[in-house]
Amino acid sequence: MIQTLAFYLFAGLVIASAVMVIMARNPVHSVLWLILAFFNAAGLMVLVGAEFIAVLLVIVYVGAVAVLFLFVVMMLDIDFAAMRAGFVRNFPLGLAIAAILLAELFLGIGAYNAGGLQLGTPDGANQAAMGASNIEAIGALLYGPYIILFEIAGIILLVAMIGAIVLTHREAKPGARGRQDIGKQISRRPDEATIMKNPESGQGVEL
Amino acid sequence: MTDLGGIGVEHFLVVGAILFVLGVLGIFINRKNVIVILMSVELILLAVNINLVAFSAFMNDLTGQIFAMLVLTVAAAEAAIGLAILVIYFRNRGTIAVDDVNRMKG
Repeated sequence: MIQTLAFYLFAGLVIASAVMVIMARNPVHSVLWLILAFFNAAGLMVLVGAEFIAVLLVIVYVGAVAVLFLFVVMMLDIDFAAMRAGFVRNFPLGLAIAAILLAELFLGIGAYNAGGLQLGTPDGANQAAMGASNIEAIGALLYGPYIILFEIAGIILLVAMIGAIVLTHREAKPGARGRQDIGKQISRRPDEATIMKNPESGQGVEL
Repeated sequence: MTDLGGIGVEHFLVVGAILFVLGVLGIFINRKNVIVILMSVELILLAVNINLVAFSAFMNDLTGQIFAMLVLTVAAAEAAIGLAILVIYFRNRGTIAVDDVNRMKG
């Protein structure tokens, strides 16, 4: 009973906040609704026992992606009112396409429920791995059979990070304060950067 | 898989389908605003994740959760790169309206 209640609460809230994401007039509000949607999706995942993915969703989406969106929305000085101009014009077409898509997806779900295609055994190959602890089982799987995928995911994140830095990095003007000359920095030698002095007592040092 | 009191995998699939459609609708009705389009893409990826995790739980196969993590990775990378491109585009042109992005039309 409580599970049913929790499911409908999370599902209703995630859909309502998704509606608000695409309908909100102010993109800052959109981002905030997006955060609510992610939290409720995480709740749905806790409900089926996928705690690790749920926590990951909160950390990655709410902690990183949503904050990134918030920063960019607030940093760019844009007249968002002008961007809403085509809203009414695009609405009927978008709604029609969305209705078609939703009908198709429901058809697919109905077909799945009818049991037409057998895509795999319902009690999958990794049933044994689905032990008491979700994180332990995921770890065994992630660092075992899926280690290559895991490494590739790491490379993807590295490329994205370097790409974002390279794209947005602005070189300071020559002579500006705080400008780094990397070639000059790494070609420094200890003997030209430091001097040894042995001053007399009470004499002081002249540099 | 614990018993969820009558909630089956199809309930989660319906939630995923509705979220997916809302993401697509968001792309259509906010055609001018790249930031909201990127957020709609995030909604679509979230719908995919809900489907993957639901199937993973109801079929007792953890592979779906591994795939959900990979989707999460790609979503994060995509958001970072997309927003970086947005920032330099705004810096160079002073606008991010989709209709004005036509430099490469030739």
